[in-house]
Amino acid sequence: MSTLTEAPPPLAPAEPAAEPPRRRGRFTPYWLLLPGILWLVVFFALPLVYQASTSVQTGSLEQGYKVTWHFATYWDALSEYWPQFVRSLCYAAGATVLCLLLGYPLAYLIAFRAGRWRNLIMILVIAPFFTSFLIRTLAWKTILADNGVVVHTLGSLHILDLTNWLGWTAGDRVLATPLAVVCGLTYNFLPFMILPLYTSLERIDGRLHEAAGDLYAKPWTTFRKVTFPLSMPGVVSGTLLTFIPAAGDYVNSELLGSTDTRMIGNVIQTQFLRILDYPTAAALSFILMAAILAMVTIYIRRSGTEDLV
Amino acid sequence: MESYEPDRLTPVETAALRRSHRDGRAALTRRSLLRASAGGALAIGGLGTLSACGIPAANKTQGGVSADDHSATEKVVNFSNWPEYIDVDDKGKRHPTLDAFGKRTGIRVKYTEDINDNDEFFGKIQPELAAGQDTGRDLIVLTDWLAARMIRLGYVQKLDPANLPHAFANLSDQFRAPDWDPGRAYSYPWQGISTVIAFNKKALDGVEVKSVSDLLDNPKLKGRVGFLTEMRDSIGMTLLDLGKDPAKVTADDYDAAIARLQKGVDKGQIRRFTGNDYTSDLAKGDLAACVAWGGDIVQLQADNPDIGYVIPDSGYMTSTDNLLIPNKARHKTNAERLIDYYYEPEPAAELAAYINYVSPVAGVAPYLAKIDKSAASNPLILPDKAMQARSHAFRALTQKEETAYQQKFSKLTGA
Repeated sequence: MSTLTEAPPPLAPAEPAAEPPRRRGRFTPYWLLLPGILWLVVFFALPLVYQASTSVQTGSLEQGYKVTWHFATYWDALSEYWPQFVRSLCYAAGATVLCLLLGYPLAYLIAFRAGRWRNLIMILVIAPFFTSFLIRTLAWKTILADNGVVVHTLGSLHILDLTNWLGWTAGDRVLATPLAVVCGLTYNFLPFMILPLYTSLERIDGRLHEAAGDLYAKPWTTFRKVTFPLSMPGVVSGTLLTFIPAAGDYVNSELLGSTDTRMIGNVIQTQFLRILDYPTAAALSFILMAAILAMVTIYIRRSGTEDLV
Repeated sequence: MESYEPDRLTPVETAALRRSHRDGRAALTRRSLLRASAGGALAIGGLGTLSACGIPAANKTQGGVSADDHSATEKVVNFSNWPEYIDVDDKGKRHPTLDAFGKRTGIRVKYTEDINDNDEFFGKIQPELAAGQDTGRDLIVLTDWLAARMIRLGYVQKLDPANLPHAFANLSDQFRAPDWDPGRAYSYPWQGISTVIAFNKKALDGVEVKSVSDLLDNPKLKGRVGFLTEMRDSIGMTLLDLGKDPAKVTADDYDAAIARLQKGVDKGQIRRFTGNDYTSDLAKGDLAACVAWGGDIVQLQADNPDIGYVIPDSGYMTSTDNLLIPNKARHKTNAERLIDYYYEPEPAAELAAYINYVSPVAGVAPYLAKIDKSAASNPLILPDKAMQARSHAFRALTQKEETAYQQKFSKLTGA
């Protein structure tokens, strides 16, 4: 509901106010905006400018770095590390699709079928956030251990043969393979998919389902023609909230992956901290940002939904 | 939605209120987001202020930059160290050796465990040091190569030998003259680190591992071999295996070692390059054998009898974590007294008994034996003369070499 900043309390007796202090609040919205704007300027805009500048500098730690408008860094970085870029986008896309496949039914259940269990299930969805991102990812190393139950089960069901054939796993292990990294990403970002999906599903008027039933739509048709289109805003924002951080993630690849699963986040980290090649690291960050911005723009245009929340 | 429209609003405000009721939820729409992102891109593209930025050159003052030494008036020393790298009492709250130091000298040690990774820590303090500011730390602990870089960049202060009588007398021969700090003018070792090969007997299942070649070539270990992300340890062990001396490494030697490891990566022999997290993989048996650090092995063995280690015939790598006083530290003398204190055999023995790395203090053995007999006879904690003779150190690299070598090593590890 919208509220006005200085609306009188609704139950106040209707006596005429002597002097309506309306004008005073004219600048209130701007004052309210100020903290957020300042925050963004200091912690987003300025660092961004700094990074942009770093990406066109040359030099070394000893000599210092100077802006020389050396744009070739971008091309060099891209031609050197395009496999990691492609890999990151593929892994992120894979994780997003998995999140959608796992998250949609769950969000649907919470919104329409959970009844009094709704709050409990919501808490279970959010509960993993109560522990550290790192600890949760490390736990996966135990779950997927070579001698663990999961790998043995997958092996005896010959699922590993299939994933080996697809190149997702190698030998009879899951850890240190692309599959482990994508699973880790999926797990870590699943709540970001479920929450927006739930919000938009929950908003759908139940009477629309009844109406669809009255018009002889089968449940599947109702879903296809009514529920799913109405939940599109949730699908779009859920996929964005999953895909964007997943593409830049480096923790999952670091802990669950191997040398051939390194993502662009790992490259940026290595360039920045180990090799101390600040320009290349900054250029890579900008390329990643541009790539994601471009993909998201196209995606939002194509998705044909107006609202995003 | 019930609209509440107080009649005292101006027409403009009423319109705004109505509008907010109609599409307040659509504050973030596809179009507005597209508009915003296009605007953001324009703003970034149009910035002409970029050239104003830059990163200043490292200061090249030899001997470092001192601040006024407040040691006499402020009886504290700010000591930054790695986690679990000091003795802890039974309750896990106090550090007995630090307490004893405080009691004797009246200097309170503010002990912080805020170094988790050499590269990360360098990234954290580098801007302050480059700008000539106090980092708020009087004593830090860094591994050889980073200590070498700090000295090269002029980020640390020369130590005053007058405050370090025990350190000078008791420093073990093995660590006396690294090529990056001859005569230990800037640094003293906190602990030494032996890099050897560790294995899990259960996971090996009878396979014999004696050298890096076994790790890289035995098909039975495919996908169950680990190396370290610490470039000098992984490459150093490989160089030794190839019969080259890491103390005199040339570009060709280095490339040969990289090629050797690359083959291991390509055929899937090497599972991962890891930091400290190899310990859990090894304990679980996901790694059957790996290049590992001595102190970790001692601790792993205490919990898991299957863990063993081997020192290859070709030798093993040794490095140190070094105590350094950064530029502008406020309590230099206090820091030096703390360094000297840890070179007295008794506190050194207490420390060695607790953290299981190589003690850099000569003559610590009888004191350590009093606390823990098995520790005193463990070559991973107190290497004997024969073992010391097989230890090798990586030579100091120039800035240019360091960048080039690190670049190649990163490529090997996937990024």
